[in-house]
Amino acid sequence: MSDISMVVNGRNVSGSVEDRTLLVHFLREGLGLTGTHVGCDTSQCGACVVHVNGKAVKSCTMLAAQADGADVTTIEGLADGDNLNPVQAAFKEHHGLQCGFCTPGMIMAATDMINRHPEGLDEATVRAELEGNICRCTGYHNIVKAILAASKKMNKKGKAKKAA
Amino acid sequence: MGMEGIGARVARKEDKRFITGGGRYTDDMVVPGMKHAVFVRSPHAHAAIRKINTKAAEAMPGVIGVLTGKQIKADGIGNLICGWAITSKDGSPMNMGAWEPMATSTARFVGEAVAIVVADTQAQARDAAEAVEVTYKEKKVVPDIAAALKKGAPQLHPEAPGNLIYDWEIGDSAATDKAIANAAHVTRMEITNNRLVPNAMEPRAALGHYDKAEDHYTCWTTSQNPHVARLVMSAFYNVAPENKFRVIAPDVGGGFGSKIFIYPEEIICLWASKRTGVPVKWVADRTESFMTDAHGRDHVSTIEIAFDKDNKITGLKADTVANLGAYMSLFSSSVPTYLYATLLSGQYNIPAIHCNVRTCYTNTAPVDAYRGAGRPEACYLIERTMETAARELGVSAAELRSKNFITEFPHQTPVIMAYDAGDFQASLDAAMTASKYDSFERRRKAAAKKGKLRGIGMSCYIEACGIAPSAAVGSLGAGVGLWESAEVRVNAVGSIEILTGSHSHGQGHETTFAQLASDRFGVPIDSVSIVHGDTDKVQMGMGTYGSRSGAVGMSAIEKALDKVEAKAKKVAAHLLEADDKDIVIENGEVKVAGTDKKLQWFEVCLSAYTAHNIPDGMEPGLKESAFYDPTNFTFPAGCYICEVEVDPETGDTEIVQFVAADDFGKIINPMIVEGQVHGGIAQGIGQALLECAHYDSGGELLTASYMDYAMPRADNLPSFDVSTTETACPSNPLGIKGCGEAGAIGSPPAVINAITDAIGNNNLAMPATSQAVWAAIQAAK
Repeated sequence: MSDISMVVNGRNVSGSVEDRTLLVHFLREGLGLTGTHVGCDTSQCGACVVHVNGKAVKSCTMLAAQADGADVTTIEGLADGDNLNPVQAAFKEHHGLQCGFCTPGMIMAATDMINRHPEGLDEATVRAELEGNICRCTGYHNIVKAILAASKKMNKKGKAKKAA
Repeated sequence: MGMEGIGARVARKEDKRFITGGGRYTDDMVVPGMKHAVFVRSPHAHAAIRKINTKAAEAMPGVIGVLTGKQIKADGIGNLICGWAITSKDGSPMNMGAWEPMATSTARFVGEAVAIVVADTQAQARDAAEAVEVTYKEKKVVPDIAAALKKGAPQLHPEAPGNLIYDWEIGDSAATDKAIANAAHVTRMEITNNRLVPNAMEPRAALGHYDKAEDHYTCWTTSQNPHVARLVMSAFYNVAPENKFRVIAPDVGGGFGSKIFIYPEEIICLWASKRTGVPVKWVADRTESFMTDAHGRDHVSTIEIAFDKDNKITGLKADTVANLGAYMSLFSSSVPTYLYATLLSGQYNIPAIHCNVRTCYTNTAPVDAYRGAGRPEACYLIERTMETAARELGVSAAELRSKNFITEFPHQTPVIMAYDAGDFQASLDAAMTASKYDSFERRRKAAAKKGKLRGIGMSCYIEACGIAPSAAVGSLGAGVGLWESAEVRVNAVGSIEILTGSHSHGQGHETTFAQLASDRFGVPIDSVSIVHGDTDKVQMGMGTYGSRSGAVGMSAIEKALDKVEAKAKKVAAHLLEADDKDIVIENGEVKVAGTDKKLQWFEVCLSAYTAHNIPDGMEPGLKESAFYDPTNFTFPAGCYICEVEVDPETGDTEIVQFVAADDFGKIINPMIVEGQVHGGIAQGIGQALLECAHYDSGGELLTASYMDYAMPRADNLPSFDVSTTETACPSNPLGIKGCGEAGAIGSPPAVINAITDAIGNNNLAMPATSQAVWAAIQAAK
């Protein structure tokens, strides 16, 4: 067993977990944050993507104990209260989701992607970078659209901030 | 009417919870005292089970119980059923082998459950499952269709000699043979429709809870049709009496057909809960999903299309063998028969059609409906052959199709279906315009300059949705009626709850269905809640599959809305001292036409509930229900055109353009309809380029994870150009045809027609992987 503590969505949490416990299981079962999903066993589908210390991580590839001391953000922590993050808003506006199961991972991966590309994104880049996130419902068409729209919005904001 | 009514592109109400992590799927459910289950599964494709020793497992930490098939049998739980009886052409019933929830004496596919372990944690259950000792004696394996029907093949079920389930036919054999004999030209093809795994992103899961004090059963399950699950589990499997049994299908993460069927796991979890005295939850891992979800397609066919000297089709003959896997899943028998061969007329006027279908058992996972279910197989057969015929006859693919289109409706085909409406030329024209078909040769030349082979291919599909009417499907062997139910509850304050027997697992019903009520009464969709997926709330329903929720589910809602509207008008007429025929409801107001007399919608609703002043003899309240049984199938149709560029050095194929022009009849929310088409096309392109479930000669599933099974990813696909043409469907009150499966039906032949056009070799099977395309290029040299 390992005693772990970390910051999840801005809150200090701690727990005692079996050493083999994956981060995703600690989040879902230990903390009841069921927005992060498990869609495969091989770190392919990306339904479990969260941010660990600001970077997108498949939480099924990381032991909970490895996240000891980390700052973790899950889909539940992405919005600012009732104000949706621009990526969340864009997914809704552009119908970037259907069954919703891959959506949390998509949105967390997309947020990270946009952050890593302050210069902006094009369709080919978005498609290439979504390689680690599988969706079976949308054919990705509207997911790509949503990410491009959110990227535009967020980078404009970013640039405006820099200018200020 | 209004911004949120029929035809409005409204953003989805349900999105809020999904984008904030608030979706509630079966695996998210927690019940006090809940324990976790892991199944012990056969590693062999075909083996006798000699002995199951559970002692060591039972002694493991956290283990509550280890249960086997002998115990479930002893408790009187029934075998799994197939709910559609098919009769062979010699009049004999289909040969259905027994499917036990957990195998007691013989395992017939890799992954078949033989025991269940219940423990405090999933990890403990997994550890203990590994400690269950099962002694197997391996048997000879039947891995595929060819092996199944060989003389002297190993037998899977004593009930099915030669592994043959049925030998069925449809159409006029003699007339078709005559047409072929007298033809000016016959195009012949041998076509395999590759086996697919549906792969909903949410793995199947079940949480069974037997409440001893109440003698009541609850099952949360990943189902597209919770009421059918309750009915089948009560009436056939004897797991729980229907009146004491609640089935809840909460948020469900995609289905595509694979979550229609009642699988062993939900039965076993519920039974195990009673047996162990604790709520039992099971969640499949992805490899379990690959091994045990019902697969799709897996047909091998020959087809002949006969043409006269004017290139008019005179006959179509098909011979198909379909693999149903190791056991007959719930609707498996109907897929390669009534959902397949009845569509072999395609969009064409064909005087004579005959199709023979044999189905067989193999040591593979059960095969059943997967998005399109039989219709993609029919479409692929026809549309590959039509494109090939055009090449053989030296005529344009579009012209050959146009010349043979059905242009008058209703049209009775020789294979049961009576098409009620359509305009096939309109969708072909729309697709050709959108794809700039006429200037393709310029693009081909430009591609050649950069060393690429560019090709174009089309597909004109028709499908049948909203399988109905109930009496007709009953006469064809269906064990259920295929109507839908709805209840509209108007609250005293005018807000509305609509209870539906349809189930949404991505289709956006919470929005689309609300748009109907918004359209009718001028209330915002935010005031309309859709209730579904819970047998305690909705009395009965048939669920969502076969693109039926629009044509059938929404029609039931329309019927109930009619009744609500009529009663509300009577209440208002009474209050306004007018004739109810003169009452109109608009924008949330109830008015006497041509006067300034009016009431607010909520005032009428409140009056219905206070009942202080309603017409004599009228019951208080404003709540109506309806069952809707359609008069016919609906027939969505369209044209898809695909353009590809192939790298001749590697066989790598890029889809550079994909155009879809669909006729879905009336559309309630275009945004949602487009999303359905996008998703369907992606699955169709997946089938054409990437996906295939491979079993080796020993029946081992080689593609049992996302490392091995090629799921379409964002960089395998282009953005799609989708549009619609519209002919109203006369067979339901809304004029809806259905849109859920079209993309998966129409796209595979368009893709393969494009690649074979590019490489100049028509001999190419799905999936057209880079390797397969490269090999076909080499073979053509």
